Amino acid sequence: MKIAREVFHRWAAGLLLASALLLMMGASGDPTGTGQRFDRLGHNLMCQCGCGQVLLECNHVGCSTSEQMRKEMKLAMARGDSDDVILAGFVGKYGPTVLSAPTTTGFNRVAWIMPVVIFLAALGAVVLVVRAWKNRTPKNPTNSGGTPVEELDEFRRRAREETAL
Amino acid sequence: MPQIGSFTLLLGLALSVYAFAAGLFAIVRHDDRLSETARRAGIAVFLAVTAASGILVYAAFHNDFSVAYILHHSNRALPGAYKFAALWSGQEGSLLFWCWLLATYGLVLRMRHKADSQLVAHASLIMSGVQIFFLSLVNFAAHPFALVTGAIPADGNGLNPLLQYPEMVIHPPMLYLGYVGMTVPFCFALAALIMKYPGEKWIHITRRWTMVGWLFLTCGIFLGSYWAYRVLGWGGWWGWDPVENASLLPWLTGTAFLHSVMMQEKRGMMKVWNMWLIFSTFLLAIFGTFLTRSGVVSSVHAFAESDIGPYFVTFMALTFAVCAFFFVRNRAHLESEHKLESLISRESSFLFNNVLLLVAAFAVLWGTLFPVLSEWVTGHKVTVGPPFFNKVNIPIALFLLLLTALGPLLAWRRTSTESLRKNFAIPAAIALAAGVVLVVMGIKPWVDISYFYSLMTIMLSVLVAATIGSEFIRGGLVIARHNDSNVFHGMYLLTRRNTRRYGGYIVHLGVIVTMIGFAGVAFYQNTEQELGFGDKMGIGPYTLVCRSYTQDDKPNYSSEWAILDIYKGGKQITTMYPEQRFYKASGQPATIVANRSTIMEDLYLVYTGKNPENGRPIIKAHLNPLVWWIWAGAHLILVGTIIALVPNMQAKLKKPTAGAGQARAPAEAKAENRAAVETGGD
Repeated sequence: MKIAREVFHRWAAGLLLASALLLMMGASGDPTGTGQRFDRLGHNLMCQCGCGQVLLECNHVGCSTSEQMRKEMKLAMARGDSDDVILAGFVGKYGPTVLSAPTTTGFNRVAWIMPVVIFLAALGAVVLVVRAWKNRTPKNPTNSGGTPVEELDEFRRRAREETAL
Repeated sequence: MPQIGSFTLLLGLALSVYAFAAGLFAIVRHDDRLSETARRAGIAVFLAVTAASGILVYAAFHNDFSVAYILHHSNRALPGAYKFAALWSGQEGSLLFWCWLLATYGLVLRMRHKADSQLVAHASLIMSGVQIFFLSLVNFAAHPFALVTGAIPADGNGLNPLLQYPEMVIHPPMLYLGYVGMTVPFCFALAALIMKYPGEKWIHITRRWTMVGWLFLTCGIFLGSYWAYRVLGWGGWWGWDPVENASLLPWLTGTAFLHSVMMQEKRGMMKVWNMWLIFSTFLLAIFGTFLTRSGVVSSVHAFAESDIGPYFVTFMALTFAVCAFFFVRNRAHLESEHKLESLISRESSFLFNNVLLLVAAFAVLWGTLFPVLSEWVTGHKVTVGPPFFNKVNIPIALFLLLLTALGPLLAWRRTSTESLRKNFAIPAAIALAAGVVLVVMGIKPWVDISYFYSLMTIMLSVLVAATIGSEFIRGGLVIARHNDSNVFHGMYLLTRRNTRRYGGYIVHLGVIVTMIGFAGVAFYQNTEQELGFGDKMGIGPYTLVCRSYTQDDKPNYSSEWAILDIYKGGKQITTMYPEQRFYKASGQPATIVANRSTIMEDLYLVYTGKNPENGRPIIKAHLNPLVWWIWAGAHLILVGTIIALVPNMQAKLKKPTAGAGQARAPAEAKAENRAAVETGGD
C-alpha cells in the first residue's frame, strides 16, 4: 500500500513538472496582433444603432452605424492611437454608453466592487454559520419527548417513502 | 366573440376572488364545505381562462382585426402556427397566456388535494391571490380583447419577423411554464410556514414541483438561447441581455434550492434558508416578468413599453411583506434539528454551492440593474454588457464546477481527508492529464485570459466527469457482484433504485458538456466578404464558393439568398443557403442563418446584405467551435431531470434457490447497503 502511494506521488509530481514545463515553453501567441486588438477593442464597444449588441456582434441587416464605427476604429488603430485614446475618442463622440462595461473610475467602480464584496461577505457568513452550527447544541422542536435523533431520522425516511407523490 | 372573451376574463377574476375569500373564511372557520366550494371555484377559473384564451386564438385564426391585439400581432398571410403563437407574442396576450398556465397549474394542484387537503387548501388560497393579481392585469391594465376604434383595417400589422421561427413557437411556453411553475412551490412553502406544518412532507411536494418548474425554465432558457443563435444572426447564443438575465435569476436560485433542500430532507437543516430560497425564486420570476414588460431596461427581447410596471412593483412589495410577516411570526418553527459535524461533508459542499449560486444571481441582478442605478446616482447611464458579466461570472462558474466534482465524493455528516484523497486522486490525475494534452494540442493559457478560462473549464469538466463516472462504476460494480450481472446492468439498477441521485449526476454531466461548449468561444473566428459568381472566401478549414445568388417572393415575405458550395480539404461537403427576408406586413427585414453543425464546430453563415452598386451579396461567416456540445448538454440535462423525477424502483431480491434462500436474501440486502455506503448514500 505504502509503495503504491509512493509510486502515485512520484507520478503526480512528474505530471506536475511536465505541466509546468509545458506552461513555461515559449509563449508563441500574439496577443498584441492587429486582428486580436481589433477584436478586443470591438468587444469593448457597443453598437449605437439601437440593437443593444456589442459592436462586432451587431446583427442588424446592413447596419450602417456599426460599419461606420468599425471604420473609425480601424482608422484610429492605423493612426497608432493607444487603446485608451481610441476608447476615449468613442466616448467623446457617442457618450459613455458606447463602452460595453463600466469603467473603473468614479461611481462605476461600485459596479465592479459590489460582486466581490458580496462574495466575500457571503463566504464570511458561511464561515460564521458553520462555526455557530458546530458549537451549538441542536434544537429539535419535535424532539421534546426525548426521541433519539437516529429514530427521528428513521421516521423521516419512512415518512418520505410513504408520502412521495 | 371579443365580448364573450371579455366576459370570461371577468368571470375568471370573480371566481378567483371567490376562491380566495371563501378559502380564507373556510380556513379561519374550519369549514370543510366552504373550502370545497373554494376549491371548485379555483377549478372553474381554469375553465374561464381556457375559454378566454381559446377565443383569442379563434380571433387570430379568423382574422378578427376588430380586436386590437390581433390587429397588432397577426395578419392574413401569417402561417397557422404563428397565428397560434400570436397568443404569447404581445403584452396582453402573453399575460393572458400566463393566467392560463397559472390556472392549469392551479387545476392540477386542486385536483390532487387528497394528498393533504389542509396543506392544499392553504396553497390554493395563496395561488388564488396570485391569480387575482394577473387576472386583474388582463381585465383592467392590459386587456387582450380591447377593440379597435374607428374603421377596422382589412389586414393586420403582422407578427414581428424575429418571432416567426419554429423555436419561438416552443420557447415562450417553456419559459412561461418555468416562471409560472415556480408559483406552486412558493404557494406550498408559504402555506407550510403559515400552518407551521409539521415534518418535511411539504418539502417532498415542493421539490417535485420545483423540479418540474426548473426543468421547464431550463428548457426555456436553452430554447431561447438556440433561438438567439439561429435567428438573431450575430453568431452567439447568450448576450447577457437584461431579459435573458431575468430568466437566469430564478433558475440560479431554483438550482440552489434543489441542492439545499436535500439538507432539510436528510438532516432537518437549513429550513429558513430553503424557505427564503423558494420565496426569492418566485419573486425573481415575477421580477423577470416585470423587467420584460415595464421598460425599466432596454432589451431586444422586451415587450413594448407599458405602464404596468407599478402594478408589478406593488405586487412584489406585497408578496415580500406577506412572506416576511409570516416568517417573523412563525420562524421558531424553522429551527434546525441537527448541527453541522464537519467542514468536509456533503452539507458544507451544498452550503458553498448555494453561496456561489446566490453570488452569481446577485452579480447578474446587479449588472442588469446597474445602468438604472448609475443614472439615478450620477445622472449618466452606463452600459453593462458581456465583458462585465463574463469577468464576474466565469470565475464563479469555475468554482461551481470544482464543487460539482467534489460533492459526490463527500458523505453526509463527515468525510475523512484520507477517504477524500483516495477518491479524488485518480479523477484529479485524469483532469491534469487532460490539461496537459490540451496544452500540447495548442491551448496556451498564457496567450489570453479566455484561453486560460477555456483550459480550466475543460479540465474541471473532465474532473467532474471522472468523479461522476467513478461513482457510477463503483456502485454498479457492487450491485453487479451481488446480482451476478455485468457492471452496465449494475449501473442501470443503481440509477433505477436511486433515480434522484443518479438522475442528478446525469444533470451534472449535462452541465459539464454544456460548459465544454461554452469553452469553445475562446477559439471563435469570423470574416466578412462580398461574393460574386465563383468568388471564394476562406474561414478555418473551410472554403466557401459562391455558386449563385437569387430572389424569391412568398405571400408573407420576399427574400434574397446566396447559394454557397462549401469545401473542406479540397472536397465539396455541402451547399448552404444564407438568406435575408423582407416581411411585407410589418415592413421589417430578418436574416435566415445557414448553419452546418458538427461535433467540433459550427460553420455559421449570415446574408448581411448586398452591395447596392452591383447587387452582390455580402456574407458574414462565423466559425463557432464546440457549439454542438451546448445543445447536447441541454438534452442530457433534460434526460437527467426526467430520470430524477421518476419514482425509485424498489430493490427486488432474487428468488431464493432451495436451501440458499435464507442466506441469499440478507446477502442481497447487505449488497444494496454496501453500494449505498460505498457511494456515499443519497
